[in-house]
Amino acid sequence: MEQFFQQLTNGLAVGGIYALIALGYTMVYGVLKLINFAHGDLFTIGAYLGLTLLTSLSLTDRLGPFWGVVALAAMAMGLVALVGALLERVAYRPLRESPRLSAVVSALGASIFLSNAVMLMYGARFHVYPQDLLPKITLDLFGLQLPLVRVLILAASLVMMTALYLFIQKTRIGTAIRAAAIDQGAARLMGIDVDRVILLVFLIGPALGGVAGVMVGIYYGQINFTMGWTYGLKAFTAAILGGIGNIPGAMVGGLLLGVIEAMGAAYISIAWKDAIAFCILIAILIVRPTGLLGERVAEKV
Amino acid sequence: MMDRTKYLYLAGTVVLAAAPAVLNTYWVDVLNNVGMYAILGLSLNLIVGHAGLFNLGHAAFYAIGAYTAAILNSHFHIPVLWLLPLSALTAGLFALMIARPIIHLRGDYLCIVTIGVGEIVRIALINNVFGITGGANGIFGIDRPQIFGWVIRRPQEFYYLIWLFLMVTVFLLQRLENSRFGRALNYLREDETAAEGSGIHTAHYKLMAFVIGAAWAGMVGNIFAAKMTIISPESFSFWESVLMFTLVILGGSGSIPGVLLGALLIIGLPELFRGFANARMAIFGVAMVAMMIFRTGGILPARPRTYRLPQPAAAVEAKP
Amino acid sequence: MTLLSLNRLTKSFGGLTAVNNVSFQVEGGSIVGLIGPNGAGKTTVFNLITGIYRPNQGEIIFNDGSIVGQPTHRIVSLGIARTFQTIRLFQNLSVLENVLSGCHCRMKSGSLAAMLRLPSQKKEERRAVERALGALTFVGLESQAEQLARNLSYGNQRLLEIARALATEPQLLILDEPAGGMNEQETGALITLIRRLRDRGITVLLIEHDMSLVMRVCERIVVLEYGAKIAEGEPAAIKADPKVIEAYLGTEENE
Repeated sequence: MEQFFQQLTNGLAVGGIYALIALGYTMVYGVLKLINFAHGDLFTIGAYLGLTLLTSLSLTDRLGPFWGVVALAAMAMGLVALVGALLERVAYRPLRESPRLSAVVSALGASIFLSNAVMLMYGARFHVYPQDLLPKITLDLFGLQLPLVRVLILAASLVMMTALYLFIQKTRIGTAIRAAAIDQGAARLMGIDVDRVILLVFLIGPALGGVAGVMVGIYYGQINFTMGWTYGLKAFTAAILGGIGNIPGAMVGGLLLGVIEAMGAAYISIAWKDAIAFCILIAILIVRPTGLLGERVAEKV
Repeated sequence: MMDRTKYLYLAGTVVLAAAPAVLNTYWVDVLNNVGMYAILGLSLNLIVGHAGLFNLGHAAFYAIGAYTAAILNSHFHIPVLWLLPLSALTAGLFALMIARPIIHLRGDYLCIVTIGVGEIVRIALINNVFGITGGANGIFGIDRPQIFGWVIRRPQEFYYLIWLFLMVTVFLLQRLENSRFGRALNYLREDETAAEGSGIHTAHYKLMAFVIGAAWAGMVGNIFAAKMTIISPESFSFWESVLMFTLVILGGSGSIPGVLLGALLIIGLPELFRGFANARMAIFGVAMVAMMIFRTGGILPARPRTYRLPQPAAAVEAKP
Repeated sequence: MTLLSLNRLTKSFGGLTAVNNVSFQVEGGSIVGLIGPNGAGKTTVFNLITGIYRPNQGEIIFNDGSIVGQPTHRIVSLGIARTFQTIRLFQNLSVLENVLSGCHCRMKSGSLAAMLRLPSQKKEERRAVERALGALTFVGLESQAEQLARNLSYGNQRLLEIARALATEPQLLILDEPAGGMNEQETGALITLIRRLRDRGITVLLIEHDMSLVMRVCERIVVLEYGAKIAEGEPAAIKADPKVIEAYLGTEENE
């Protein structure tokens, strides 16, 4: 029973990370109707940049473990956000008027470029995050012995997701983003600066992806230039699971996928763990493409 | 029949036939790779270029053909070339099976599913599914191909086998392009609703594109297995699918000369600039983005078909 | 002889009933018009006939056989061809190739025959090109055969859609706003074309907003409003029908 809750909390922590990445996919898809293949690589860049910043600026030495990590996360978020905005400007904006599949190919090309650029800069081997970033203490919560790292990661994801949700629902800019996602043309006619909305989406989404990268580095200790691929595809599955374009859906989908994966690995087989996500993906797309919380959009003939 | 393209093909064939005599073994093998990827690209071209279906899991079909040959040959010692039809069959059947439930999905979703399928196949191979795939180490001890007792062993010998296969492929696929089948694929790519409304069974043709493309890739897998004598799941990763996809898109989507050029550039060029080999994928990535922005059809885009019109006033010499 | 029969046809989308218990018949060899204000459900009826939508209730009988639930491409090979309200041509292909798509369902050669270039396949291809040219000649576009579809004028694109539908050798041709965007002269030519289609033995069912065309060319008219049939009859009767006038212009009290 103890193992069940350990796996559950582990699944939630990983799920929180998936959710943060999934939000990037879903926000971009909502506004541009484009699957940003390169998003997983932004996540990878976040992880690597985090490592570089950490070691070169000795953040935890200067600010102590907690604030060091917070500063690290903030800086990584900012830098990856900039990369994201640049990506939009170079690879997607010129194709706004082109057929959608051109943008898909461009996204693929951008993804290939970014992941290989990371490999060229950092090398193909695994890189290791310092093991002693956060104290290795175990908390006693609700009778369970939970590692501090796991609790913090989960807490951090939940905080950020809540913040994003409130931002989208309660602020004017958030409403503008939602409007642009529903109907870009109408939003433009209502005076919404759609270009700015798109820019914002490409700042927030990548930022969340970037911080997720840092989290993975801290939680698992090692990073590799191919992780954007695995995490990206799983996060995309999570976004589809919750309903692509649907922000709460991405959050729910991420957490759900994390838990299913953890349970599957523990109780079925660890070797097929990665296949679980892909099977879910294919199943959802065949059976219920709009996902758990998504909406159906009909095409007029 | 004697128009400029035919002259080019003829000249190209002569040059290629003479190549092993002048190049050293290393470069012959490079051309072997170019040849195999060209055939793979042509098989994918049917799906991506003609039918407009974004398939990023083509390596799965390649893998199934290879493993079919590998398993049946290493266990039952059936000559590999005899297994060519079987490699085509298993790959084609697999494509039929997985494409049917997903064929109606919209472009970008279909793309993602094909990536997933490719990954599932690879993971299944690594995990020794059904106990026959040899796991991460793969299968070894595959025989070389034999034609009437002559064993094909050296790269120069494989060269002729591969390029003969390529020429047959080009020949057959060119005919397929310029037929009712080829047109049907293009119609459904341009506007599926209009195609269906004109009486074309779009679901059937999408499926056929996948099956035929898969069968062809399966046959290349067979030759690959026989050439390497050892195969493992690593050779059939997502990056292989991406490579094939890239050479089709960059070379010329829907265009046979385009795909051939694509194979030459993507596989051959990095060999000329070995120093950049590591950066080649990054360069391809940039090239893809640039190509979409500046020249969507690829370097050698597909040319419109010409038809022989019976009226004297508009008689145009056509490609038969 | 009744070629097409719609019986109590109903189609709802969620809470909206687009087609409500519509019944009418189309006699072979006639020209029937389907009119009504915007949103009356006319295109939906067409989409039901051609199998793009499935009715919630009701029957569609064509040549004494039910076609409800048949896929669109099957319905085309059974003998019903259509044009679209918004032009749906293969813009990047040539005029000839656009029409060849219509020939598709009347041909048989598959991938194997193509690769082997069987004599039957070659003959079939030749015949198809001839038939396609024939359809183009019928609508007057044969000189444009090698042009790209997107380079044609709007009116010619509409004619091309008709040629493509003709190439399927239909018994019933349903035209969705064929005169959309046409001027006086082009509309006159269209009327002549429709009559020639009928003379060739093809039954025509059309949706149109251009009342002069409808009145001049249709032998019978069916009027829809808010998804329901409110009138049916000959042009003169329809013109004078108070319900029809009200649907289009509103009654005096409401102004």
